[in-house]
Amino acid sequence: MRVHLDAEKCQGHNRCYALAPELFDVDDYGQAMLLVEGDVPADLQEKARLAAANCPEYAITITENG
Amino acid sequence: MTDTLDENTTGPDIRVDPETGNKIITWDRNGETMEFIVGSKPEGTDVWQRVPYDAADYGPVADFATDFDHADPAYNPNAPEVWKAVREGGCPIAHSDRYGGMWVPLTHDTVHEIAYDTDHFSSRSVVPSVGRPGDRALPAPIGLAPPITSDPPFHAVARRLLLPAFAPKVIEPWESEIRLLCERLLDEMGEITPGETVIDAAVQYAQHIPVNVVRRMLGFPEQDEAMFREMVHEVLERINEEPGTRQTSNDFGAYVQEQIADHRENPRDDLTNFLMNTELDGNKLGDEVVEGMIILLLVAGVDTTWSAIGSSLWHLAQHPEDHQRLLDDPEVMTFALEEFLRAYAPVTMGRLVTEDVDFHGCPMKKDDWVLLAFPAANRDPLKFEDPDTFVIDREENRHAAFGLGIHRCVGSNLARLELKVAIEEFIKRFPRFELAGDTRWSVGMVRGPREIPVRILETA
Repeated sequence: MRVHLDAEKCQGHNRCYALAPELFDVDDYGQAMLLVEGDVPADLQEKARLAAANCPEYAITITENG
Repeated sequence: MTDTLDENTTGPDIRVDPETGNKIITWDRNGETMEFIVGSKPEGTDVWQRVPYDAADYGPVADFATDFDHADPAYNPNAPEVWKAVREGGCPIAHSDRYGGMWVPLTHDTVHEIAYDTDHFSSRSVVPSVGRPGDRALPAPIGLAPPITSDPPFHAVARRLLLPAFAPKVIEPWESEIRLLCERLLDEMGEITPGETVIDAAVQYAQHIPVNVVRRMLGFPEQDEAMFREMVHEVLERINEEPGTRQTSNDFGAYVQEQIADHRENPRDDLTNFLMNTELDGNKLGDEVVEGMIILLLVAGVDTTWSAIGSSLWHLAQHPEDHQRLLDDPEVMTFALEEFLRAYAPVTMGRLVTEDVDFHGCPMKKDDWVLLAFPAANRDPLKFEDPDTFVIDREENRHAAFGLGIHRCVGSNLARLELKVAIEEFIKRFPRFELAGDTRWSVGMVRGPREIPVRILETA
């Protein structure tokens, strides 16, 4: 599984940071930053799905590996 | 128009008009010069159009689909039923001739689309009322209280000044102070006899929390709390009064200027001095901009959060199963908090149509109001499963309680923290309580209970 963050869409709701701080951080302006590169570890995949399912701006997407 | 000042932009260049004292800000963007005026009396600020509307001519609303009025006293107590009935009647966008013409999208998709379309829908005035700013009043894109009344591209500039003061990591340390404040309010309720004592969860608790927190952040005197609440009430609930007659607003502006002067003489580490020291392209903001931002923070931060806390406690008073779940499984608060915000979102915002536009078949005219009912979007069955049911552990919840797009509530992290702590402390102190009488709801754009009589059944 891979997780993608569209920084242009992010408006700083900080829902991802609250749900999955292992995967997302926020900067001084509240903008989300992705902490993982490549595959999401198995134990964090549920949190990645939650973060994507709760972003009001649809800035987070998930792709499952082929 | 994008909400940034990019590489094609030069400026801003700021100069002061020696005659009026107004600041004149110019940008060059893609070869085009834009000029904006900021000042206590920019030319045309007083030019308000009195819209041809008198509430007395209309009376109570009979049909919300064709005669919508959020200031009808029957609206807030019954809003979820109103949205449902209008939508199920086949009307996704309600209309009203009131306020000189107003449209009210009630679906998530239409609310989302308008929130994103800042070209056709301006934030120059976000409170629909009988006074509508004329073309020269509240000059776009800045408006009276930036950034909430600003449009792109100025919006991003003003917003970036405020964001660092409300970033999650700046807000988190306030938790212990908010907890102490809640404990103090609960202590002040005095002797409680379980099964007998009735308290008011809005009057004695919810309404004091945000006003105290914002006041502390700004470094304003404690004794002025009641005046803040009155001022907020004035702006949001008395929208049918003649423009220019709102004495409280003028008094409040003078009061904020006094506080700014005091902070200049006695600087301290608080939000007021942070704003006063903030620079835009090497220039301090100027007292009138700082005043506008402070008034915005008070208006936007006080009865909104107070309403969310009140609605949540009102819900828990009637749903002991949700109350018990929070006590048994405190971790569920992560989801419960968002569900309170979804189901009881307090804030609806206004927009002004910038030019005639056909919006999904609705012939919107320049200067019509649009009421962005985020709370209605949150209960749209096309977006949320079983939207009128409070699901305490709802896992997919893209609610729009804090708005959508560039005007996302700047104080959302603070509001969320206040709501969480206020609920946690209340249910910890009172493990069981129930409604003990009639709830009185607010009137106008901010929806929440103003009186919630609650009988305490058990104390910690």
